[in-house]
Amino acid sequence: MSTTTTTPQTSGTVAPQAVNHRKPSMGSHLLGVAAWVIGLLFVSPVLWMILTSFHKEADAATNPPSLFAPLSVDGYKSFFSAGPWPPILNSVTASVVSTVLVLLLAFPAAYALSIRPVRKWTDVLFFFLSTKFLPIVAGLLPIYLFAQKVHMLDNIWLLAIFYTVMNLPIAIWMLRSFLAEVPVEMLEAAQVDGANLITTLRKIIAPVVMPGISSAALICFIFSWNELLFARVLTGTRAETAPVFLTGFVTSQGLFLAKVCAASLVVSLPVLIAGFAAQDKLVQGLSMGAVR
Amino acid sequence: MTTTTTKAPDAKATAAASKALQRSGDWARRAPLLPALILVIVATQLPFVVTIVSSFMRWNAYYPDKRAFAGLANFGTVLSDPDARHAIWITVLLTVSVVLISLLLGLGIALLLDRKFMGQGIVRTMMITPFLIVPVAAALLWKHAIYNPEYGLLNGVLKGVFGNGAPQVDWIGSHPLMSVIVAIVWQWTPFMMLILLAGLQSRPMDVVEAARMDGASSWQIFTNMTLPHLRQYIELAGLLGTIYVVQNFDHVFTITSGGLGTANLPYYIYQTFYTAHDYGLASAAGVIVVILTMIVATVALRTVFSLFKEETR
Repeated sequence: MSTTTTTPQTSGTVAPQAVNHRKPSMGSHLLGVAAWVIGLLFVSPVLWMILTSFHKEADAATNPPSLFAPLSVDGYKSFFSAGPWPPILNSVTASVVSTVLVLLLAFPAAYALSIRPVRKWTDVLFFFLSTKFLPIVAGLLPIYLFAQKVHMLDNIWLLAIFYTVMNLPIAIWMLRSFLAEVPVEMLEAAQVDGANLITTLRKIIAPVVMPGISSAALICFIFSWNELLFARVLTGTRAETAPVFLTGFVTSQGLFLAKVCAASLVVSLPVLIAGFAAQDKLVQGLSMGAVR
Repeated sequence: MTTTTTKAPDAKATAAASKALQRSGDWARRAPLLPALILVIVATQLPFVVTIVSSFMRWNAYYPDKRAFAGLANFGTVLSDPDARHAIWITVLLTVSVVLISLLLGLGIALLLDRKFMGQGIVRTMMITPFLIVPVAAALLWKHAIYNPEYGLLNGVLKGVFGNGAPQVDWIGSHPLMSVIVAIVWQWTPFMMLILLAGLQSRPMDVVEAARMDGASSWQIFTNMTLPHLRQYIELAGLLGTIYVVQNFDHVFTITSGGLGTANLPYYIYQTFYTAHDYGLASAAGVIVVILTMIVATVALRTVFSLFKEETR
């Protein structure tokens, strides 16, 4: 599937327009309007979150909503004074370290499943996929007990290793589907010319695989950044991550809506930026490289 | 990114290449694979063995001295526990409804976005946004800023439109499961839409154009050409969506704290383990989840296998 389908993500392709728009009709305008309405409907909770985060607490919690209340950064102020930096830093550590580890481990593995395949490589590939079907929650207790035994509870590095394992199968599948497209003739030619492994990797393999590597990195980063259940169980005060920090944010009595919206927005910001910047990579990553 | 690489000659060439490379031993080939393979086996299979063993033990963290072999007692307890049975039912209901609704919505929106119209790119970006909000943050947003009966957006809009006599609904209180489902559907519809849109854009347009020339109606083209082409994308999106949604914890945990009959299996296990500290019971529940998932996965893996079969031949 991955080999025969490529999708121009930009809207600049000629074919669909040629078919769908011989002449713009009333109906097609209506469909365009419908798309806008649905798009706005889906994005409205986020717009509401942004607006609320810039309101004063008293204006945020009114009914009917005070749309035009004066803007304020109080929500952000109280979020940043609640000490969010250690958890955010922990999240950065766990996500970045695990993403790097995933790539370092997945690339050689994908190489051994495509360019110079081991025997029974399909079995190995499907073994990796099957681990994604194991409900992660079934490993909760043993991993907790293990962490307790080796005194690594509340340690961000353990979480980084756990996220590495969690995302490794996805990255292997994705990188393999890209490596499988490296033209074999070029590999042979390089070998005939006596090119060493480094040269082959750099000149022939890298250009084909680079998009796959960035997709894999994007999706591993997002999944690690978002993870809540294990972070909550395995960390305490020192190693808590940003999502865990968020869950502890609503304990106070009284008004907290603007603060929560500001916090949610700040914590989602890295994912929003990365996702918007690389929309087509998102599709590749989510489908484990099956859809380009 | 070329469109028409066919697999068959590649496979042949790979075979030839592997012959040429055969003098280096099998172990040289395996070496790059081993670190990843060993790590995944150690980190996913060993814990599962531990889970199986502890599911047969009486083991509560509060009474560590009383740890003993319990036979099938934990399984008996889980399967006769109304909460656990309810959690199994909720897991199935939640997963099926979220995946089906978001697939249908995703398909409709993908079809709308596949056409050229003004601001197409902007609408596409708007549609992706829900997926890029951290799940806990999204769940907090729905719970406090949207569903809240006093100052949430939904009741606010009702009052804004219908005035002071407008009905004010306690959304989470009176429709707990629906509230959770809507919040998850909101996050996963973009995912389905993205994969289906990629599928739509990979249609061979010349064939569609030819059919249109021959007088096929839009509906005929949709049912006879577009849908069959989309089938594998629908299956892929449904499969991947199922893998992720069946494990959902964040929304249940945040929106209802598993209360009001919305606890799914991941939440049930978390609770047995984290609050009740009954390790034996949590493990038995874990084993049951795995068995349930394995049944689904066997069917699902077969689907994936057919999706990728041109590569694995």
